[in-house]
Amino acid sequence: MSKNTRSAEFRKVDVDELDDEQYQDDPEEIADSDDSKVQQREQEIKKLMQSGSKVEALKLALKDPPVQNKDNNVVERNYAVVLDVLTGFSIGKKDKDSMQAGVEALSTDELDSLMKYIYRGFARPTENSCEKLLNWHEAAFAVGGLGSIIRVMSARKSV
Amino acid sequence: MPEVYEVVNGPITCHCWNKDRSKLAICPNNNEVHIYAKKSGKWEVEHILTEHGQRVTGMDWAAESDRLVTCAADRNAYVWIYTGSAWKPTLVILRINRAATVVKWSPKENKFAVGSGARCVSICYFEKENDWWVSKHIKKPIRSTVLSLDWHPNNYLLAVGSTDFKARVFSTYTKEIEEKPDSTCWGKKMPFGQCMAEFTTAGGGWVHCVSFSPSGNKLCWVSHDSSISVVDQSKEQDAVVVSVKHTYLPYLACQFLTESSIVAAGYDCYPVLWNHDDNNKLSFINKLDQSEKKAGGGSMSAMNKFKQLDTKATTTSTDTDLESTHQNSITQIVVYSVSQGSADVFSTIGVDGRVAIWACKSLEAAIAGLKFS
Repeated sequence: MSKNTRSAEFRKVDVDELDDEQYQDDPEEIADSDDSKVQQREQEIKKLMQSGSKVEALKLALKDPPVQNKDNNVVERNYAVVLDVLTGFSIGKKDKDSMQAGVEALSTDELDSLMKYIYRGFARPTENSCEKLLNWHEAAFAVGGLGSIIRVMSARKSV
Repeated sequence: MPEVYEVVNGPITCHCWNKDRSKLAICPNNNEVHIYAKKSGKWEVEHILTEHGQRVTGMDWAAESDRLVTCAADRNAYVWIYTGSAWKPTLVILRINRAATVVKWSPKENKFAVGSGARCVSICYFEKENDWWVSKHIKKPIRSTVLSLDWHPNNYLLAVGSTDFKARVFSTYTKEIEEKPDSTCWGKKMPFGQCMAEFTTAGGGWVHCVSFSPSGNKLCWVSHDSSISVVDQSKEQDAVVVSVKHTYLPYLACQFLTESSIVAAGYDCYPVLWNHDDNNKLSFINKLDQSEKKAGGGSMSAMNKFKQLDTKATTTSTDTDLESTHQNSITQIVVYSVSQGSADVFSTIGVDGRVAIWACKSLEAAIAGLKFS
């Protein structure tokens, strides 16, 4: 058989990307986070966690998720910050800094962001995060219900 | 309690009633349309219409003119007229290159709208000179499949919900068959195809259903991100969209019953009542399905317990039926009867093949504290 000497590069072209009629998301004007903002937050959160105000730290960590940021490093860094806060909470139900208290202090949007981070954590499980994340999921589900999980799946922008 | 009829053994895609509710037309998830008539308390098949080549996705029965319009995934729509013994179809040239998804007659029944996967809505009217149905397209700015339609009572405005996460209101003023519309709170100038308003969903999800209130001043839409939203356009400049991201599974259908009561239903398999008051507050009222718990799960004889333990490794009941009337998702809500401008009975169909008819008065009596205001 003769060898195929012509270029086969055309087979790697993604025609769907070039389609004029393909749906493009509208660029939204939302408060996004860049590297400097994430770093700033990291410092503040460390202070809050050390001083014991864990719920404030949680609220700060969930603020302005970098959903439109194309820089993967920023996204990873932000996720690491959030994970630190989440694992810093204790599992017990009674103290004022429990996961339950944290979840009840959140607004609907913050709760949806929290669910997104929890599921992101499920996707990449590590030694010491699994148990905490499952407990967080239980607490968040008790408040957010099935709707919050549906919103994780149907959201166009991921954390 | 709802009247329930187990009509088919599979999903019902769409349904509609004739004027006096003596006949029911459904699509049993294939390319046929079955027309049922009520004979001695049971629904029996009277006619089977087989003109469509692929699954019939939408249908609507015009009450006054007694015409049926059906649309299907074969990119066609037919208008059916009853000739006393059989249904005669007339093809409608839609000029779409994707499947049709939904069809609705306008309130005056002089035109109907067809939504499709071709990212447009076809407004069809009858042209007397050529004795055929003609369609005009509304394309801009719809960017994806149209999933739902609802007509405004003034016969000109049409609400469109689509998978590009937006709910819009368009003008369908067709100068060939009607007079210029009066201005409404949705706008003054209404040329054909003008997008009067565009709303987005709270979190970005397909808009499954849209519904105008009986006056046409309010619009409600439900979407796949488990949210329900309402806007009261009579406030004009101050009209603010109120959205609630609820904690239930997404709704697939919604319908305004009165100016402030909305019934919604979806993947949770039971209809629920929401209320939108004058302060622009949208709140969940109640679940409308309070079926009696099945008495079977009570006590089992000792022999049955061990038998169960042997075969199914459990001693509790293994009944897999849902407690709700519908055993699978509810896909459509249709107003069944109207009294004094508000709907007081509605019907639902679902993926379980059941048709349920819910009367608001009996729901109010059955559920303590429920009021359809």
